[in-house]
Amino acid sequence: MPITYYIFLAVALFSIGVAGVLTRRNAIIIFMCVELMLNAVNLLLVAFSKMHAQNAIAIDPAAVAGVEAQLFVFFIMVVAAAEVSVGLAIIVMMYRNIHSVDVNFLNRLKH
Amino acid sequence: MSIFFLLLQQELLLTAIIFVLLFVKLSTKQWNSQTVLSFVNILLVVNLAAGFFFKEKGTLFGDMFQTNDLLRFEKNILNLGTLLISLQAYNWLLKHKHAIEFYLLMLSTLLGMFFMLSSSNLLMFYVGLELASIPLAALANFDLDKKRSSEAAMKYIMSSAFASGLLLFGISLIYGMVGSVNFTDIAVAASENPLFLFGFILLIAGFGFKISAVPFHLWTADVYEGAPVAVTSYLSVISKGSMLFVMTSVLSTVFANLLFQWYNIVAVLAVLSMIVGNLFAIRQQNIKRFLAFSSISQVGFILIGMSGANIESHSSVVYFVLVYLFSNLAAFAVINVISEASGKENIDDYKGLYKTNPALTWVLAIALFSLAGIPPTAGFFGKFFLLLGGASKGNYLLIIVAALNMVISLYYYLRIIKAMFMDANETPVEKLAISWSPKISMAVCMAGIVVTGIISGAYEYIYSLLK
Repeated sequence: MPITYYIFLAVALFSIGVAGVLTRRNAIIIFMCVELMLNAVNLLLVAFSKMHAQNAIAIDPAAVAGVEAQLFVFFIMVVAAAEVSVGLAIIVMMYRNIHSVDVNFLNRLKH
Repeated sequence: MSIFFLLLQQELLLTAIIFVLLFVKLSTKQWNSQTVLSFVNILLVVNLAAGFFFKEKGTLFGDMFQTNDLLRFEKNILNLGTLLISLQAYNWLLKHKHAIEFYLLMLSTLLGMFFMLSSSNLLMFYVGLELASIPLAALANFDLDKKRSSEAAMKYIMSSAFASGLLLFGISLIYGMVGSVNFTDIAVAASENPLFLFGFILLIAGFGFKISAVPFHLWTADVYEGAPVAVTSYLSVISKGSMLFVMTSVLSTVFANLLFQWYNIVAVLAVLSMIVGNLFAIRQQNIKRFLAFSSISQVGFILIGMSGANIESHSSVVYFVLVYLFSNLAAFAVINVISEASGKENIDDYKGLYKTNPALTWVLAIALFSLAGIPPTAGFFGKFFLLLGGASKGNYLLIIVAALNMVISLYYYLRIIKAMFMDANETPVEKLAISWSPKISMAVCMAGIVVTGIISGAYEYIYSLLK
């Protein structure tokens, strides 16, 4: 399959994630949308990794290429898990304080 | 083998301190919090001093990690800032149940910044960046019983997660066009390919979030106001400073081929940051919010220096961050003392401060003069070098806009100085006894503001590191 399909799919997923972060008001759904953005990135990285591997093999059958991106994907997964766990802990703190996970209530600091 | 330890000296020492603190925390013995805090501060002094003794440079981990004299110096600046903040937070942490966790989180973010500074690979850069930003959200929540603190943490973690999403999308596009995440490979392959440019712009957006340049500044004021004062000063000086160091070196080395493109982007960001930061700073009533917008406009000036893209402008950025560290931390030291003793954080509460606390007033006044860029202080020389670095491109319109903005900024800095010295107040802040640790921190900041300005050695030293 040509790489452009993967790029279109990843851009579509990423845009859905961005739109969700910008429009949804529930803190947990916002974190889900961030995960969607990160997964779009993972998909794109794996697709590019495959593309570079194929390009390298076409020139030299023994070549190894595109490993970096697959490693990168694992790092993104781990870091995203860490980010969400801190985020959920903060959501719990917020729920204790205002008994809601709606970010519209986070306006005490506005003027 | 020994070269490994020498190259990683600053990171390893910091990791060792983190582990020692972890064991102190886990030990069954109940430590006196005064002992623990003094112990931590001594460790931080050792950490700062040790950084000056090593000069080895080189790369590690298959070119993922690099270090040289400039990076060592930048890390020393960050160490110094962390030590000063730790001294300022002493009284707040004495009363706090979880003082050691505060240091664990803060030093973890510092470690992340060190790896981010030393990265010569996008993977290392990303992991360092996340290590530097995730624990900061937990730090922002450190006033556990206050609603506004958890609100600040929520806003910080959301915007930083969103920003790292944008950054990663940019990284994946750049990887797709280059086929490598190494900085040297990217520098060679950087081209005006549309997809590469799109990735590059997303990367700059990720940077922009961390340094809170306008249009990406919306989280700044709320997080700065809600977070505890020590964390606010950490965010505005250390976190921002490290990101500025990285951004300057990445833009001028890795993306040197795209100079025309990023010069325009950085110039627009600079003008917007200066104007929006200044205009919003004028109408603020809370002093932490005020300093948030003032720091946004300072970033605008730093971006002008960055846009010069030569050795002079690079050293002017590093020099200004050093000066900014002293000036901003001096201001935050005073705010910390007053907020800790009386809970007052509004500018109106600072009216008549000179009658009750003349020493604090002078410290804050000198810090604000330095931030505004009044000649005998270091802030003037910092801004002078920044504008000189930016002017090397020959875009004098940009420099004129910056000079006009310096005039506007003078207005709102002087507004606070007028409130402190001249305005009458029926219920001023009562006379405060300042304990030794904030005193040391203020003295170092004052000395820094005077010495780095008057003695030209500081700038020349940074310049010599870059050559």
